[in-house]
Amino acid sequence: MKKRRWEERIALGFMLITAAIILVSLFWILGTILVRGVSALNWSMIFQTPKGGYYLGKEGGILNAILGSLFLAGGATLIALVVALPVAFYLNVFLRNGSRLAGFARFSLDVMSGIPSIVFGAVGFILMTLLGLRTSLLAGMLTVALLILPIMIRAMDEVFRLVPREILEASFALGANRYETSMRVMIRQCFPGIVTAVLLALGRGIGDAASVLFTAGFTDHLPDSLFRPAATLPLAILFQVESPLPQVQKRAYAAALILTLIILIISLVSRWISSRFSRHIIR
Amino acid sequence: MEYKTHIRVDRLNVFFGPDQILKDINLVIPDKKITVIIGPSGCGKTTLLKSFNRLIDAVDGVRFSGSIFVDDEDILEPKSELTHIRKKMGLLMQKPYPLPMSIYANVAYGPRIHGTRDKRELDRIVETYLRKASLWDEVKDRLHAPATQLSLGQQQRLCLARGLAVEPEIILGDEPTSALDPRSSQRIEQTFLELKNDYTIVVVTHILRQARRLADYIVFLYLGELVEHGPAQKMFEHPEKEMTREYMQGLIS
Repeated sequence: MKKRRWEERIALGFMLITAAIILVSLFWILGTILVRGVSALNWSMIFQTPKGGYYLGKEGGILNAILGSLFLAGGATLIALVVALPVAFYLNVFLRNGSRLAGFARFSLDVMSGIPSIVFGAVGFILMTLLGLRTSLLAGMLTVALLILPIMIRAMDEVFRLVPREILEASFALGANRYETSMRVMIRQCFPGIVTAVLLALGRGIGDAASVLFTAGFTDHLPDSLFRPAATLPLAILFQVESPLPQVQKRAYAAALILTLIILIISLVSRWISSRFSRHIIR
Repeated sequence: MEYKTHIRVDRLNVFFGPDQILKDINLVIPDKKITVIIGPSGCGKTTLLKSFNRLIDAVDGVRFSGSIFVDDEDILEPKSELTHIRKKMGLLMQKPYPLPMSIYANVAYGPRIHGTRDKRELDRIVETYLRKASLWDEVKDRLHAPATQLSLGQQQRLCLARGLAVEPEIILGDEPTSALDPRSSQRIEQTFLELKNDYTIVVVTHILRQARRLADYIVFLYLGELVEHGPAQKMFEHPEKEMTREYMQGLIS
């Protein structure tokens, strides 16, 4: 009897320790960028582009990278969404339960999400030259779209799979076809899950440096064309944190703080949106 | 009693993978009557019912042979159009599954799919069929509330109204009262009895007393085989087969 009680206590202790590790890591990361970055944070950083010698500690800001990241990740997420929704519908509404094709597709997607982003960067670079593009905002969008596609599809897929088959059957029984059932029932039932999937993919896309290094490039100018290079926050952080100058390093942490805040704001807004659209969901 | 044919099943076999679920079923379902399919669980009642609107198609590894004629059209033919077949039949499942939308939108779902756009026409349809399913008075002030706010019994009546709104000829019920409390079950049964003048109704149940209350015609399935079928009175009082008699008396189940 005593042994079992000890077993439970040890298990509980282990759970508490692991939970603590996660919380501590999160707050340590947030604390680091706050402590190191907040002193370098100012309005000109958010509202100005880099002036001459910015990376040596002179005047300017990273508006180019902020806007570049928003455009690039936004565009990439939109492209990925247009591809991901039909795939998720196909896997869950069009194919039968337990279909082998669906199993193979899921496996492939899982493999694809395990591919390091630098590989996507390299493949994106080849794709870019094949399409006759140069280093540009568009090339970056396409590459990041590829990178986040498997994540978005699998996140949607997991939500779609939880929908009781009977809800779909009810729609079929009323004479709806699979497309109508997808658009009218699945989207409504899974709206919060779709928002979460999009967000997850956006968060992954906006924070990735390796995939945009060769494809979107970097520039001190504001992004003004799909066909010209665009700056991104992860690269702005990378270039500044490599600097030997302490004031420039501080700016890297400030840029990281801005990136984190952007992601936080996007999450909060989308949570609010999805909660407003969840009142009809069948539980 | 004279019966007019509505659904005719001809040498139907259904397999799920290696298992044969239905074995050589030959059956005629009479028009504008309540036909009750009885038999122990796992005997293929639900499969037979879902064959009528081809919902068995959704099962992986399903194969079937034979024919099911609805209004002289063989619905098991590969070229027959599923949406057209399904529009002819309303389905009530074991548990009510409303669609993730408002009460109004649930009833309007079918008509909208089939092309009704006019707001006033939809309003009329929604009211008509909510009344037919005897739900109107309980929901008329909150038509745009989520369907999930209704009680289970109300949800099942909503599902009935939703099915009736596509103007089917046939109503299929797959143990439609099994998740409901006795009062709600009674209301569903009552509604079925009112509807049988206008619709052909096929109900699956394993409750013998429910079969007795509802049935004009009884179909008895056992382990995938059609043991006996006939008018309810005859089936209860003078069944031809020994097994039917034993099942009707509750000796086997």
